[in-house]
Amino acid sequence: MFFFQTWVIYRRQMRLALRNPVWVIIGLAQPILYLCLFGPLLKPLTAQIGALNAYTFFVPGLLIQLGLFGALFSGFGLISEWRQGVIESERVTPASRAALLLGRVLRDVTSLGVQGIVLVALGFAFGMTGSIPGMILGLLITVLLGGACSASSNALALTLKSEDALAPILNSIALPVLLLAGILLPISIKTGAPEWLVVVSDFMPIKYLVSAVRELFTGDFFTLITMWGCIWTVILFAAGLWFGTRTFRKDNV
Amino acid sequence: MIHARGLARVFDTKRGREKVAVTAVGGVDIDVDEGEIVGFLGPNGAGKTTTLRMLTTLLKPTRGTATVAGFDLATDPLNVRRNIGYVSQSGSTAMTARAGEEVIDHALLYGISRDRAEKRGKQLFEQLDLDGMWLRQPKTMSGGQRRRLDIAMGLVHDPKLVFLDEPTTGLDPQARANLWTHIADLRNKLGSTVFLTTHYLDEADALCDRILVIDNGVIVASDTPDALKRQVAGDLIELLLTQKSDATAVLKLAKAIPGATKATSDGLVVTVRVPSAGGELPPLLRALEKAKVTLAAIEVRRPTLDDVFLTMTGRSLREDS
Ligand SMILES: Nc1ncnc2c1ncn2[C@@H]1O[C@H](COP(=O)(O)OP(=O)(O)OP(=O)(O)O)[C@@H](O)[C@H]1O
Ligand SMILES: [Mg+2]
Repeated sequence: MFFFQTWVIYRRQMRLALRNPVWVIIGLAQPILYLCLFGPLLKPLTAQIGALNAYTFFVPGLLIQLGLFGALFSGFGLISEWRQGVIESERVTPASRAALLLGRVLRDVTSLGVQGIVLVALGFAFGMTGSIPGMILGLLITVLLGGACSASSNALALTLKSEDALAPILNSIALPVLLLAGILLPISIKTGAPEWLVVVSDFMPIKYLVSAVRELFTGDFFTLITMWGCIWTVILFAAGLWFGTRTFRKDNV
Repeated sequence: MIHARGLARVFDTKRGREKVAVTAVGGVDIDVDEGEIVGFLGPNGAGKTTTLRMLTTLLKPTRGTATVAGFDLATDPLNVRRNIGYVSQSGSTAMTARAGEEVIDHALLYGISRDRAEKRGKQLFEQLDLDGMWLRQPKTMSGGQRRRLDIAMGLVHDPKLVFLDEPTTGLDPQARANLWTHIADLRNKLGSTVFLTTHYLDEADALCDRILVIDNGVIVASDTPDALKRQVAGDLIELLLTQKSDATAVLKLAKAIPGATKATSDGLVVTVRVPSAGGELPPLLRALEKAKVTLAAIEVRRPTLDDVFLTMTGRSLREDS
């Protein structure tokens, strides 16, 4: 029953998303633009960072960025649905509250998966090399991170029910994460970051995800960095789903 | 079907910086029997929607208990949800979805088979004059059509208890009358129980076996429509005179009408309440002619919610829509 309800919600969400071609195109264009416009800028920096192939190094960062930002703003869609009365009309049915959330999270996960594959495929076109199984695992990490972001964003949106309240919160989360996780430029002594910045960035869980995906892309599966990345992925995913389902279950929102 | 005791809801809201507690519903007792159609009548902000949202498990009551459709609201909300249908005051479908898909998905969440959902959905579309709208997007439908789509959504699973929050707002008179028939049929043909809110006395009168009047979160009256109207006592006749000097004579004539109550004069206006204006007007006009009084205008008003209120609470509705 739970899976069927999740499926009904998911299918409905996918139908609505696919019916709006603008979002499909924007979703696919984003990774392409990043690679085309950002890649050339980063290429000269390859040696300085100590990477062999610029794209094997930068695609993982872009993947995590995709996972974060592709899903973090999905709460806005929920607020618009709430305004139209859709959320209330779903909540009055016997459907599991977790299914209402999960169907939406799966929609974001699906679109992230497709975007991630496009990004990786494009990376190859630009000359990326590396381990295919590693890339698949990297995609998995991305998608799980996206799921966590989507669940938290939807839960936050359901609590706040106002775009004006949601936007500043999401932005104030997004910016430090983007800067501290070393998504675009790795933060380490090697790249010339001051020590305090390195220490601060050590407290940013996403940083471990980025590092792990980088390792995985080069084919290093059984390293401490990979392990920490996987652990943090599972923690973030579990925390996101927990927060999300707890919020959706509350019966006075 | 519904037994609520002391159901109350307090909202915490912010007024500027300070926090204020708004009592939306201040402890209501509601009893609705199986097969009844009960109207919930009250002005804007009276607490109708809040009460409905509590009874439909959407909102947790601050205080009080209730059993709805035979199940306890607090301990068994799932079974309550399985047995009720709810049409909210403010829409239920996504603007860019297709009407039919929304209805089917809604039914699927109730565990109804796809075939049955489609059959029942299409039947409802026909009955609610939505033929040909199955594939339409709600954003391309008129306000009244969307309202009827909301109603189809709430009824697609044939619930034995239906909550309708202002089902007829935005409907033209014909659609309104059609919906009344449909709601009456829910009870007469399907044996459902209906609990609906409205601002209109005529609607409650036409549809309901019983009316609960709510104001400021408190139920101020609970009776049959006839009994309520008897308390209001009839139609209001308003006479606009041409000369102030006629006022005393006209007032005297007005008071002489059988069953007249509350005859008053104020400048050029004389008002009087009579049991039924239709039968009393002709003799009154003849009497006025005999007394050589010429009228500037004459107006007859059927009892309104405002009048019910005036009688119930001793004051007028704050605002009427
Ligand atoms: N979520 C909320 N937060 C704060 N106050 C609320 C909330 N919902 C309702 N109220 C307040 O509770 C009171 C009752 O509102 P409610 O919506 O139940 O009225 P209503 O009888 O349905 O009115 P209407 O005829 O306008 O639909 C109002 O004063 C309203 O401002
Ligand atoms: Mg209301």
